[in-house]
Amino acid sequence: MTVNQVTNRELAALEVHGMTRGSFILRGALAAGALYGTASVAPFVSQALAETGGGDAEILNFALTLEYLEADFYTVKGKQVGLSGQAKAYARTFGAEEVAHVSALTAAIKQLGGKPVARPTFVFPVTSESSFLTLASALENTGVGAYNGAAPSLQSKAVLASAGSIVQTEARHAAAIDLLIGMSPTPNQGFDRPLSKQEVLAKAGPLIKK
Amino acid sequence: MSRPSNDEAPPQTAGIVERLVRDDLDRKRFLKLAGSAGAASFGAFVIAACGSSKTASTASAPASTAGTASTSSTGDIAILNYALTLEYLETEFYGKVVASGLFSGKVGSLIKDFGQQEMTHVEALKGAVEKLGGTPATKPEGKFPISSADQVAQLAYTVENLGASAYLGQAPHIQNAEVLASALAIHTVEARHAATLGTLVKKPVTPDGAFAVPSDMSTVLAAVKPFLA
Repeated sequence: MTVNQVTNRELAALEVHGMTRGSFILRGALAAGALYGTASVAPFVSQALAETGGGDAEILNFALTLEYLEADFYTVKGKQVGLSGQAKAYARTFGAEEVAHVSALTAAIKQLGGKPVARPTFVFPVTSESSFLTLASALENTGVGAYNGAAPSLQSKAVLASAGSIVQTEARHAAAIDLLIGMSPTPNQGFDRPLSKQEVLAKAGPLIKK
Repeated sequence: MSRPSNDEAPPQTAGIVERLVRDDLDRKRFLKLAGSAGAASFGAFVIAACGSSKTASTASAPASTAGTASTSSTGDIAILNYALTLEYLETEFYGKVVASGLFSGKVGSLIKDFGQQEMTHVEALKGAVEKLGGTPATKPEGKFPISSADQVAQLAYTVENLGASAYLGQAPHIQNAEVLASALAIHTVEARHAATLGTLVKKPVTPDGAFAVPSDMSTVLAAVKPFLA
């Protein structure tokens, strides 16, 4: 699927539904706590509010960095480690999907008038299939939390729809990898916890060399 | 019960919605399903959100410009009640599967976990509807074919994929950021369930590839209809 197809699909969806852009700023979210309990939502909300100056392009650039990381991990590191069987099959499929996310986000950022971040250099402390899969699980689960945390701050419904489409894929990757290594496919039980930008950086930051 | 491919989705959407709105029997059935409070708003929501684009723009314009809390709550309540109805069905389905004793061991405990998670979704959605001042939809009566472990796992895979696509389809329509955050938190859990079941039945973990395809209400409704008693 090309980037254009994705973009056109989102635009088409917008026209079908004929809805105008709404505000997705976190208004009302300070009264959070209905579903999660205030304790788990509060850090996310305050972080999100602190980030509202950035706009959609900045949020997408943050996502793009994560997608670069995942794409590089599967397509480059996966080959270096030398995977086999199901791990190899997942790395091939998921890697191609992360590459598609990179393309889609790059195009979306440009469309919003932003400048896509350059591809960073990564360092993955992984030497075996087993450590590869453990890190894959951490990356995918972090990706889910990152998108879920950032999505409510997105202004554009089209961008939100695309982010939702991507995060669903990340969640599927996470579950498949977790199952493969004997972990629960639902580590957060019924509700995936949104992560703040700081939480995501704490997890992914050490892997980014420059 | 298969989801339309991405290419077919937009034209089918309009057709099904128009038929749905015209088809009094279907409409009544869903309105009953959606509960009294959500009922009126559901009809309005379908027409406003999914009609022809020209009509829809006209219909949704006053709502957007007015921007009153009650208007946006009405839409969110309808969406939450729709999700609640789906979660009720999933919960009942898993309950019957667990009771059937077709699964044991690791798979059995996964199925049990998933059922319990759907139940927490029901509770959370009910709470959210009430918090927005709405009346939660009543629990529908479901009917599910339960014959063999393989058939049930296939059905569960289909149901979870449908659920994930249903949440994805509604996310851009949700007005309240808190409700959106909650819907997203549930959405990815449905995706995890779907992927897990995919591995069990040896079907793709990511059937849509890199970009999961959303489903609108009428598509989901049509797919769910065979499971309503």
